[in-house]
Amino acid sequence: MKIDANARYRTSHEWARKEGSVIVTGISDHAQESLGDIVFVEFPEVGKTLKQGQTFGVIESVKAASDLYMPMSGTITAVNEALGGDPSAVNKDCYGAGWLIKFEPTSPAEWDGLLSASDYEKEAAAH
Amino acid sequence: MNLRPEPLAYELSAPGRCGAALPEPDVPETALPKALLRDDLPLPEIDELTAVRHFTRLSQKNYSIDTEFYPLGSCTMKYNPKVNEAAASLPGWRTTHPLAGAEFSQGALELMYRLQAMLADIGGFKAASLQPAAGAHGELAGVLMIRKWHRDRGDLKRVKMLIPDSAHGTNPATCSMVGFETLTIPSAADGGVDLAALESALDDTVAGIMITNPSTLGLFERNIERIAKLVHDAGGLVYGDGANLNAITGIFRPGDAGIDVMHFNLHKTFSTPHGGGGPGSGMVAAGERLADYLPGPVAVRKDGRFDMAMPTASIGRLKAFHGNFGVLVRAYTYIRMLGAPGLRRLAETAVLNANYLKAKVEKVYPLKYGRGCMHEFVAMGTVAEGVHTLDIAKRLIDYGFHPPTIYFPLIVPEALMIEPTETETRETLDAFADALVKIAEEARSDPELLHSAPHVTPVGRLDEVAAARCPILCYRG
Repeated sequence: MKIDANARYRTSHEWARKEGSVIVTGISDHAQESLGDIVFVEFPEVGKTLKQGQTFGVIESVKAASDLYMPMSGTITAVNEALGGDPSAVNKDCYGAGWLIKFEPTSPAEWDGLLSASDYEKEAAAH
Repeated sequence: MNLRPEPLAYELSAPGRCGAALPEPDVPETALPKALLRDDLPLPEIDELTAVRHFTRLSQKNYSIDTEFYPLGSCTMKYNPKVNEAAASLPGWRTTHPLAGAEFSQGALELMYRLQAMLADIGGFKAASLQPAAGAHGELAGVLMIRKWHRDRGDLKRVKMLIPDSAHGTNPATCSMVGFETLTIPSAADGGVDLAALESALDDTVAGIMITNPSTLGLFERNIERIAKLVHDAGGLVYGDGANLNAITGIFRPGDAGIDVMHFNLHKTFSTPHGGGGPGSGMVAAGERLADYLPGPVAVRKDGRFDMAMPTASIGRLKAFHGNFGVLVRAYTYIRMLGAPGLRRLAETAVLNANYLKAKVEKVYPLKYGRGCMHEFVAMGTVAEGVHTLDIAKRLIDYGFHPPTIYFPLIVPEALMIEPTETETRETLDAFADALVKIAEEARSDPELLHSAPHVTPVGRLDEVAAARCPILCYRG
């Protein structure tokens, strides 16, 4: 299982990473491994404001369709359009080219409540 | 099964060949306007016999409950007794017409009236509507009823539906259709709903809960009365997903435990055909709180005569005419054939068969939730490194079995969801268990055999990823 040490995590397997004033989010290596080959990602509209824990989209693999949850509250500033043509980037590079959304956090303090890389690693290994 | 590869109809085509001889026109011929002609539609040109053989051979590739064992979890692929077909073919049913009017349709209306009453009684409800044409349609009916109930009381804050993670996969989709948000409630270690998580989720924004009992883990929710009470106390209502009713008919009535509205899959529990895309029936029944909200019209009895009427607070019509009437005749036949003692025995036998099979299979395929199961159980395909549940499912085809439901529910890794139903013999269950055990041995000794399965079918392992990412949806010469 690969872990991005700079990111923080949700138990539902989304990661969040600070990039300047915005937060980038995707799914963890453990999640892409469990889902198998990703075939489709449904994104939210840019400009939409969502609360922490609300679903921002759906990710679909040959096995299952899963909801995606906001790691923090925020306003969507970008979605990874490139995945529309080739969603396999989520499998190949889930912390890099396979990112899903970027958002402007509306409650930045929520960052502190997310799991650290090492806590998430333990959590994911237990399942 | 006919296992020879079958060419496409296009490949059987020969220019100018035709299967129909049209009579000479008895009116003057007029050419179609040029603008309406197109030459980009290369329909196959085939003679009648070639067409008949082509489609007959295709039909021989069908896999059905009438040919083989079909242990597809949560789908209740039981045998559909042929007496159902005989009853549905009676000319009185076959030739009835929904516009004939009540005075010419007393028999059909009486059947619907009685079926409503029988199903309401089986589920422990006050009233029923036969409108919905499928399970998810019934869910939609139930959740619309819940929404209208809150709205009629002026309670507009309730926009959330709670759904346990062991619920049926269609439940969250139904909530989205109705405009509700969904909140997932995790399972506790024993596979039941985590009551602490439920309690902390309950507030005045919760419209209700959608609960499948037995759950998709094949486990009976032992706290169902407690769950219903907690939700009711918080001002919400309880939707019961009746997809797994086959485990409890004649034993447990969901309405008695506090479920407010539930759909019944007549095409599962009540032996009407399914697996071919329909027609089905997801009729709904409701208790005291929601009976007046049922979709309509429903069959009613007035002064000894039968008619159709709208329930007083109905969410309205969900289906043209009166539901899938032919399906209703089959379900009615089945219920009358079994009677109340038979309905209880069907559930007992379904649970016995599942536990028998579970005992044989779990020695090799571990279970995440090990307690006694109801009508189905969920094993894990973790039998050898590098071999996945998908490989095991594909290999089962080589042994002549339809694979179980796989990778569902999502809370069990490498899930194999197996539901044998009550209609299978012990010999069939033994043969299926033997095949699973043998496949586990093969997984260790010759994993490639599984990775490349199936081997006996006209088309081998399909590239599901390419099919999903780059589908080719029409013939390309």
